[in-house]
Amino acid sequence: MTATTADAPPPEPRLPKRRGVELSLLVGAVVIPVYGYAAVGLARSGAVPPDVAGYGAGLGLLALFAHLAVRLRAPYADPLLLPIAVLLNGLGLVLIYRLDLETPADRAAPTQLVWSTLGVALFIGVVLVLRDHRLLQRYAYLSVTAALALMIVPIFFPAVNGAKIWVRIGGFSLQPGEFAKILLAVFFAAYLAANREALAHTGRRGWRRRLPSGRVLGPIVAIWLLSVGVLILERDLGTSLLFFGLFVIMLYVATGRTGWIAVGLLLAAVGAFVVGSLEPHVHSRVTDWLDPFASIDAGRGPGQLAQSLFAFAAGGMLGTGLGLGDSVLIGFATRSDFILATAGEELGLSGLTAIFLLYALLVARGYRAGLALRDPFGRLLSVGLASILALQVFVIAGGVMGLIPLTGMAMPFLAQGGSSVVTNWVMVALLIRVSDVARGPRPARVESGIVASAVEDER
Amino acid sequence: MIRCIRRTSAFCLLLLVALLVNAARVQVFEADTLDDNPANRRQAIARYAQPRGDILIGDRSVTGSAATGRRLKYERTYTEGPLYAPVTGYASQTYGTTLLEHAEDAVLSGTAPALAPIPLWNELTRGREPGGDVVTTIRDAAQRAAYDGLGGRRGAVAAVEPSSGRILALVSTPSYDPGLISGTGRAVVDAWRRLNASASMPMLNRALRQTYPPGSAFKIVTAAAALDSGVVRDPDAPTDTPSPYVLPGTSTTLPDEAGGCERASLAEAIRVSCNTVMARLGVEVGLTGMVDAARGFGFNDDGLTVPSGVARSNFDERMSDDQLALSSIGQFDTAATPLQMALVASAVANGGDVRRPYLVERTTAADGSTVWRNRPRAYRRAMTPATAVRLRRMMVDVVENGTGTNAAIDGATVGGKTGTAQNGAGNSNKPYAWFISWAQAAESGRPAVAVAVVVEDAVADRADISGGGSAAPIARAVMEATLADRSGDG
Repeated sequence: MTATTADAPPPEPRLPKRRGVELSLLVGAVVIPVYGYAAVGLARSGAVPPDVAGYGAGLGLLALFAHLAVRLRAPYADPLLLPIAVLLNGLGLVLIYRLDLETPADRAAPTQLVWSTLGVALFIGVVLVLRDHRLLQRYAYLSVTAALALMIVPIFFPAVNGAKIWVRIGGFSLQPGEFAKILLAVFFAAYLAANREALAHTGRRGWRRRLPSGRVLGPIVAIWLLSVGVLILERDLGTSLLFFGLFVIMLYVATGRTGWIAVGLLLAAVGAFVVGSLEPHVHSRVTDWLDPFASIDAGRGPGQLAQSLFAFAAGGMLGTGLGLGDSVLIGFATRSDFILATAGEELGLSGLTAIFLLYALLVARGYRAGLALRDPFGRLLSVGLASILALQVFVIAGGVMGLIPLTGMAMPFLAQGGSSVVTNWVMVALLIRVSDVARGPRPARVESGIVASAVEDER
Repeated sequence: MIRCIRRTSAFCLLLLVALLVNAARVQVFEADTLDDNPANRRQAIARYAQPRGDILIGDRSVTGSAATGRRLKYERTYTEGPLYAPVTGYASQTYGTTLLEHAEDAVLSGTAPALAPIPLWNELTRGREPGGDVVTTIRDAAQRAAYDGLGGRRGAVAAVEPSSGRILALVSTPSYDPGLISGTGRAVVDAWRRLNASASMPMLNRALRQTYPPGSAFKIVTAAAALDSGVVRDPDAPTDTPSPYVLPGTSTTLPDEAGGCERASLAEAIRVSCNTVMARLGVEVGLTGMVDAARGFGFNDDGLTVPSGVARSNFDERMSDDQLALSSIGQFDTAATPLQMALVASAVANGGDVRRPYLVERTTAADGSTVWRNRPRAYRRAMTPATAVRLRRMMVDVVENGTGTNAAIDGATVGGKTGTAQNGAGNSNKPYAWFISWAQAAESGRPAVAVAVVVEDAVADRADISGGGSAAPIARAVMEATLADRSGDG
């Protein structure tokens, strides 16, 4: 009942734009990583890195341009989204730079900075070009085609570290599956928005419940099965788990049927059990999770997960301080899958909590935009995008901390990886766009339609 | 749809809570266990992140630290490693620490709370103080004399200052260079394997950690027990011991190597080292008396640390009379470390008092300020002062007229006792040659040094191996070095 009242359009006060708040938060979001960058230099070599001003100016300019784009084209957008993204990306750059110092032959921070710049450029592009997110609805089928194509491409490229999710051209390597996330979310949102009436109200009765007809449910299940199938082929279990979760959540939100959650959990459990016990790569990760120290007892030294736990433990409450930890002992993937361990070791539980809260805030702001929007597509899209973030953070953070089995995935914004950081910036751009519509003044004509849809919504 | 979005966000909140709870679990509740996991290299990294404090002989450091340019930043170096290895032990990035490097690790690595400016400072800052130094009681001259004297033969020397318990020399040969196993990597692992596989056991600290049957050197303990218990009232009066002597309750006869032991007096038995007389005296004193006497010298102590742990020297507490007879001449299960036998000599020299032996004079912070200073402490009471005076005379007699003439030093009073201990089943292996002694400079009021030397086998013929021949010259060299050093000190 409360939902109905909350859902009713409030009397229309002019919402403040809050662009000034965004700007001042952005200053903080730039200053904190710059401070961290200087702290790393001080801790490691006793001097502030000479390029700290350049780094600060670079990050500041990126933030400023992004802010200007938002100010120009999405003036009502949620003022928290951009600063959180800048802060996380900046922290990621600091952590990667810090880990680079341990391996002078292999520097990833400059590349990551280039990708971040590209990400922000795309962010600006999306904010400037995409006037209204509802435009995306038209390209649902184009999206899904592109998503599937992107996901299939890596099959033709050699596997890297056991997963066939990379495309290498020249010196560049891309993870097309990352981009597919957004496209798939767009497709799910568009399809479910268009068919949710049918999904919810048509079809046969069975098990004392109304099952959606195959004609409505079929295509989307097929798409989902196809994508997960491809990912399993490529052994990208993290992403397939993500897509599965995304699909279940969006289906649930679209239809309002709790049953989908139950079915989803059941399927996930069965799938996880089957894959976990049959697929050797995954099976080893499950056994690793069950006993991270088995390899120590066997005399082979600590595995990655054990090293990661050691790193977190070394951090304790307050952390060792930036640049003063030994998370590099984790070995390969310290900058990507395991970057959170560096954060945990050097910033401690307090820093880690702050990072988790930043993600939580980002996710919450996504849901909030969804709640405030009137069109089902926008709602589903923002819920989808926010859920992608939430699931991804949970799966990777839970993985490296021994809460759940490890699945290779990138910590949004923090981890090294061009495709990932670019994708995340585009996601934030889309959230900026939907939040602008959600918080902006509504044209009177659309208003009436919205009331109708809102009432209809709670049936 | 609104309700669903709210539920979805509640679900995400649940995930967040799970992450936070799990983070607290790993970072707070299980942190200590994880930190202490032996496979976790962080403690080693922190330990070797700064130069280690040094171990000093006098005012000269015999250790150092070298930058490695690797993750474990500083590596231990040793000057004249083999000479001082029985004192320092090793501090290896791969194999941990031993001896002083181990016992004083907190000071050397800078974690000792006493090094911190205020209590709990380092716990708060997660910092470490610069490593402090450990000043040993070792006298360089005595150490060198012992090392050179052994000359690579298997054996050990322990020397103590009787009046204080300061350990003046601690040598075990053949020795090894602890610097070979300081670091990490292939070469270190190979050196470690080679050292451990070596038949001569170079890493065994024979002076502290190896026990040997003390043989005739143990007769000093038996003599003290006989005098203190009143079994012998006049050391120069003849005893009615036959030679050979039939062990009580058996038909086994115990022969004498020396002549003139038939009905010999206690003094004579010590001078020429009669087995029969001393074995019989041990039986007369009885098990309880002998065990008490041995304990009074420091035998049967499991927990002696100097601060490196010292192996337990043994005198059985339950035996038959024939076993007691053999034990009383340092055979059967009787076993002693060279340090223990140095304490036996030191007890006689120091009027029956055994001072607690120690190897660390003081520890200092990196700036040289003293953090802790050792003080001589009582350890055991071995005999009455009167008995000590009589035994002194007998031991001097050994050096002047008996089996220990090789230990005599001009211008000093020297007392000694030889020992030749049977080794191996049926006496199959070459025996151990012992010599225990003490020396007192002529103008001095009290003995400067007590020494125990053991030479395991050597290349000499069986007949040649005796405490007087192999071990006494080494003891003399150590005593001479100490006496010269002492007069040099002024």
